[in-house]
Amino acid sequence: MKAANDVVITGVGIVTSQGVGVAPHIALLTAGAPPAVVVETERFAPYPVHPLPAIDWSAQIAKRGDQRQMENWQRLGVFSAGLALDDAGLKDDAEACGTMDMIVAAGGGERDIAVDSLIVDEGLKRNDREHLLNEKLTTELRPTLFLAQLSNLMAGNISIVHKVTGSSRTFMGEEAAGISAVETAFARIKAGQSSHTLVGGALSAERLDIILLVEALQAHATGPWRQLWSRSEGEGGGIILGSVGAFLVLESREHAEARNARIYATIDAVGGDRGSRDDGRLEQRLDQLSTAAPAGETIVFSGASGLAALAARERAWLETRFPQAPVRGYSGAVGHGIEAQFPLGLALAALALDAGAIVPPFDPSEPAMTRAPKHAVVTTLGHGRGEGVAVLTAHAGTGAEELSS
Amino acid sequence: MSDAYRDHLGRPLIAVTGMGVITSLGQGLQDNWAALTGGVSGIHKITRFPTDSLSTRICGTVDFIDVPNENSVERSYAMARETTLEALAQAGISGDFDGPLFLAAPPIEPEWSARFALADRSPPSEQPADAYNRFLAAMRQKADPVFYEAALFGAISERLSDRFGTRGLPVTLSTACASGATAIQLGVEAIRQGRTTRALTVATDGSVSAEALIRFSLLSALSTQNDPPEKASKPFTRDRDGFVIAEGAATLVLESLEAAIARGAKVLGILKGCGEKADLFHRTRSSPDGGPAIASIRAALADAGIAESDIGYVNAHGTSTPENDKMEYGAMSAVFGEGLARIPVSSNKSMIGHTLTAAGAVEAVFSLQTILTGTLPPTINYQNPDPAIALDVVPNVKRDAQVTAVLSNSFGFGGQNASLVMTAEPA
Repeated sequence: MKAANDVVITGVGIVTSQGVGVAPHIALLTAGAPPAVVVETERFAPYPVHPLPAIDWSAQIAKRGDQRQMENWQRLGVFSAGLALDDAGLKDDAEACGTMDMIVAAGGGERDIAVDSLIVDEGLKRNDREHLLNEKLTTELRPTLFLAQLSNLMAGNISIVHKVTGSSRTFMGEEAAGISAVETAFARIKAGQSSHTLVGGALSAERLDIILLVEALQAHATGPWRQLWSRSEGEGGGIILGSVGAFLVLESREHAEARNARIYATIDAVGGDRGSRDDGRLEQRLDQLSTAAPAGETIVFSGASGLAALAARERAWLETRFPQAPVRGYSGAVGHGIEAQFPLGLALAALALDAGAIVPPFDPSEPAMTRAPKHAVVTTLGHGRGEGVAVLTAHAGTGAEELSS
Repeated sequence: MSDAYRDHLGRPLIAVTGMGVITSLGQGLQDNWAALTGGVSGIHKITRFPTDSLSTRICGTVDFIDVPNENSVERSYAMARETTLEALAQAGISGDFDGPLFLAAPPIEPEWSARFALADRSPPSEQPADAYNRFLAAMRQKADPVFYEAALFGAISERLSDRFGTRGLPVTLSTACASGATAIQLGVEAIRQGRTTRALTVATDGSVSAEALIRFSLLSALSTQNDPPEKASKPFTRDRDGFVIAEGAATLVLESLEAAIARGAKVLGILKGCGEKADLFHRTRSSPDGGPAIASIRAALADAGIAESDIGYVNAHGTSTPENDKMEYGAMSAVFGEGLARIPVSSNKSMIGHTLTAAGAVEAVFSLQTILTGTLPPTINYQNPDPAIALDVVPNVKRDAQVTAVLSNSFGFGGQNASLVMTAEPA
C-alpha cells in the first residue's frame, strides 16, 4: 500500500572504479557476465585498492577555485552529490536545493603526507619533538588543508557548490555513519520532518593515511586482488578499499509525485544496531533488523567488508535468513567504501530494482538469478562495529494505486 | 495524550530532566554555575604542550580529568562519561538508559605522539615523504589496536553506549561549532517521531592539541591577547580579536513531557524548538547579511511556536571573533528589531572560551540554568564596547531576572547554523 509519507529514492549519484554515474553501474548490474574488476596493485603495494575512474571534476564542480579548496575525498563527495541532484532533476532547482536537507556520512580528509613525513624524519633526529612540531606545523601546514580535512566540510562544500542549504548535518563513525545517515533521513521523512533529503558519503581509498588505519588492525588485504567471499585470514585476506562516492536523493512519495519525479524504489525499512557480536548476538540483531524483509523475489546486496571471519558469518546468516535470495557482495566488485558503504548498497539496489536487473554473480560462489527481483535487502556490517539493514521495493509505476494517506 | 503534553503543532513536548556539564571552570553544574555567575574566567596558559613559538598561548582546556592515555578520544570520552553520570543522576535514571544516544564529538586523527612512536619502530626512510609507507611496514610487523581505536570516529559513542545501555545505533555527529545544538535537535526529533520517549544527548570536545591550535591559528581565528589569559575572550567589544580554544562537555536527558511526568521526574525545562539553516557563502565565513543565521533563529522560534517578544534572554554564540559577533548582532537585529534593546544577550564564552563541538550543549545547559535560577550570567571583559554592536550584554556582573524563554545560538565553519529555544517548565 502506498502512502504519502513513503520514502522513495529519486536520485542516484554514484562513482566507483566501474565508472561515473548511473549508466556504467546499470550496465554492470544488467550484464550477462560478472564485472571485470578494476584494481590498482602497484601504487600502494602491497595493498590493492579499487581506484577512481577518470573524472572530469568540472562536470559537477564548475569553479576551479572550489576544486582547489578540496582534496579528492571532498571532491568525490561533492561530485557524487551533484550527480544525485542531476539525476533527480533538482540540480538547477534553486527552491528545492534551498530547502533540501542533507546528511553526509564522513570520515576525515587527507593528511599532508609530505609534511607529516618531514616532521617524523626530523623528529627521529631530535629529542625536543614537541618544539619541533610547533615549528614545522606553523611553517609547513597549508591553512586551507585544515578545511580539506574537517569532516563537516564535505557537506559545507556541497552547500557552496550545489546550493543545498535546508540543513546540513555530518555523521561520523565509519560504516555506522552511513547507516545512521540513511536511517535518520528515512525517519525524518516518514515523520514529516523533511520532504526531501540528500544523503550519502564518499571514500577516497587511494590514501596511505586511510590504509594505515585499516592496517593498524592488520585488516587490509595484501598482494593480488581476491574474490570477496574466498578471502582467508592471513596473507591476502582482509579488506580491499575502494574509492567510492554514493549519494541518494530521498523524498516523501507525496513530494516526489507532486513534481512527477522518477522513482527508482521505495525504502520500506532501514535500521541499525550495535553491540557485542559474541554468542550469536550479531545474528540475533540482524534477525531483528530484517523483520520487514519479504522472503521471495528478493535480492541481497551485501556490504561485507572483506574481513574473512565476519564475511563468513554474514554469508551463513544470509543463507539461513534468505535461503531463496541471490546474494551480491558489492565490495567484491568495487571495494569497501567504509562511510559510503551503506549508501552505495542502496544506490546499487535502487538501480537494480528500477532496471529489473538480473544481476550477474560478482563472485563464483554467488548463485545466478533467473528473474528480476521485486525487493532488495541491503546489509552493511561495520568492519569493527555497527550493523545496518535496509529493505527496498521496486517502484510499481505511478498512478496504479491511490495514495492511502 | 492530553493537550498539556503537546505543543502548538500537536507534537509531544520535550522535557529536560537531567543535565551535566564540564568546562575549564570545573566539573558539575553547581561549580560551573557558581563560577559563571561569579564572572570567573577559566582561561589559562597552555600547559599541555609547549607554546614558546606560538602566537596563541592560552586556552580553556580541561586538565583535571584523569585519562588512561593522553589523547582526544580518551579526554572526550572521559568528559562525556562524567557529564552523563551527572545528568542521569539528576534525572533519577539508573540501569540501562534504553533510548537512543546522539553524540556530538570532535573529528579525530592519530595523535602526534602516536606517529612519533610509530616512526621509532618503523624502518628507515628511503626517499622523501615516505613516512606512511614505513608506518605501514611497521604495522605489518605488529598491529596496533590502540592506534586504531584512538583514531576511530565511532570509538566514543561505542563506549558510551556500552556504559549507559543506550538503544540502537548511536549517532556520532559533527556540525563543527554547532554540533552540541545539533545533537539536541536530533534527540528532539527522535522523540517527536514517536520512536522513543527519551534520548540521551551528549556533546564533548577534548581535542585541544598543538596541531588543532595551530590550524585555527593559521586561519586567524584565535585571540593572541595572551596576557593576562582571563582577559582575552571579550565578546562584543571593540578590541576582540578571536576566540579562545577550549574544551568541555555537556549531557542533557530529553524525555517526552508525558513520560517524564508519568515516572515522577523533576522537569528542569522544555526544549521547545530547534532551527537550522546551512550557509553557502564561504567555508569559514558567514554570509555578511546574516541571512542563514536569521533563518536559523526564525526557524527555531517557529518550531517553538513563540513570538520574538517572548524571548527574555539570548545565550549568544558570541565567540569574540570580529566577524561572528558583528554578524550575530546583525542577525538578532533583523529578527528582534527594536525589541532587541530590551533583551539581555550574554556570552558564556567570555569565561569558558569556545568549547567547539561541545559549545551548543554546554550553553543549552547554562540557558536552562538561567531560567531555573533567575540569574543571567554576565559577559565579562566588557570594558570597551563595540559601538557598532548595541546590545545589553549583561556587562561584567550577573543580573537577577526571571525569564521564561531563552534562545541559544550556535554557528560553525562549513555554513553550520543551529538555534535552540528553551522555556520554563509548564507549572
